[in-house]
Amino acid sequence: MSTAPLAKTPGLLEITLATLVKDFRLEWRSKDALNSMLFFALLVIVIFSFAFDPTAEESRRIAGGLIWVGVLFAAVVALNQTWARELRNQVLDAYRVSPAPAMSLFIAKAVGNFIFVTLLEIPMALLFVVFYNLRSIGPVYELVIVAVLATWALVVNGTFFAALSIRTRAREIMLPLILFPISIPALLAMVDATTTILTGESSPMGWIRLLAGYDIVFTTVCLMLFETVLNAE
Amino acid sequence: MIPSKDSEQTAGDQPAVSVYELVRHFGRFAALRGITSDFAAGKLYVVLGDNGAGKSTLLRIIAGLLPATGGEVRVLGAKDLRSAATRVGYMGHAPLVYDELDAMENLRYFAGLYGIHDDALCATAIARVGLDPMLKRRVGQYSQGMRQRISLARAVIHDPELLMLDEPFSNVDVGSAREMAKLLGHMRDEGKTVFVVTHQASILAPVADEAVLLADGLMVARERGMPEWMTQPHPAEALVARAHQEARR
Repeated sequence: MSTAPLAKTPGLLEITLATLVKDFRLEWRSKDALNSMLFFALLVIVIFSFAFDPTAEESRRIAGGLIWVGVLFAAVVALNQTWARELRNQVLDAYRVSPAPAMSLFIAKAVGNFIFVTLLEIPMALLFVVFYNLRSIGPVYELVIVAVLATWALVVNGTFFAALSIRTRAREIMLPLILFPISIPALLAMVDATTTILTGESSPMGWIRLLAGYDIVFTTVCLMLFETVLNAE
Repeated sequence: MIPSKDSEQTAGDQPAVSVYELVRHFGRFAALRGITSDFAAGKLYVVLGDNGAGKSTLLRIIAGLLPATGGEVRVLGAKDLRSAATRVGYMGHAPLVYDELDAMENLRYFAGLYGIHDDALCATAIARVGLDPMLKRRVGQYSQGMRQRISLARAVIHDPELLMLDEPFSNVDVGSAREMAKLLGHMRDEGKTVFVVTHQASILAPVADEAVLLADGLMVARERGMPEWMTQPHPAEALVARAHQEARR
């Protein structure tokens, strides 16, 4: 037997960072999520721009809804990929038999998805400005706050429910079926907050508070339940 | 219960693995139907049986990957299998490594899961299974045999006391499989407990301590060394034939 044990239980932050770096490396090499997400988002914008021909004023009223619906649909592609790469070669089993904390895996996946979806939102927002001649009347920094809270709301639930559906046969269909209904309060808040800021009609603070509350509640619940979901067989 | 024919275990010795009335159902299908046995530490066990006998299920339960429907498991004295995770290694039927990473990148990540940050150790583990640690090729471009070897390196990177391998020789050429078997024998000699589920028992014959035969979710035989039924294409049938022969005598 070994005189001194080589292995030890690693720290939460250490594994979170290692998993995040590993996921970025995998994505950089495969480009599975980013390519499909960007292509999908571009299609949505182009189709919407053909379907509507709004004035600048109308653009401000509808852009919030269009952007977030586009982001939601495109994000599902990335969210499905998150766990698909862990299922290939059953790599998830290697994580599950290790002493690494389950929470690290969830945080790394959620943060990774947050970064991927943010990378999607930047060109998407720029394209909306060009295609819809969009100018915000309210302060832009408020749009940034809404974008951060809204993106986290989508990815934290998306990451969790994607993990929940990995053992189902039709997991790619299952994720939107579970995610979309539960995201309705967040979607309502992000669309209304964005529209309120773009049109400058009133304060978006009520919607921002709702988004922040939604984020806190669902992040806590997802963190508490993830280990059970990960080990459910 | 199938009593072990091994009488070397003293009262003070703690078995590496104890299972008691272990049951596992998948829906209405009973994969394990009440297995009770103690497995002493420092031995190499070859787990045999036809497809669907319950071999992989037994291994996955011991590894903590699958909860038992009923019964009890103790691994290295621990009832809470998570608490023994640093001392257990598992190699699944699939390679359990990332195709997009090279061998060194894979091992570096998996070693990190055990709190190990030592490139030299990763390189040694890769070299030990007969691969080149400097090879920059992604694992997805490896042959099946090379994948099995990197999977073995991943399973032993943290120097586990208990090692469980599910079909480690599938798609591996005979020469490489013998090398892997020799490596497992060395690990046993170092005091590790090794469980190997396989259909190619003859490869392990030189190093096996005990053969365990499962059939229909039950442990139907357990014998020391290398009994003749172990290397038969259908060990359960060979065992039944032997029982008939003994009865006739």
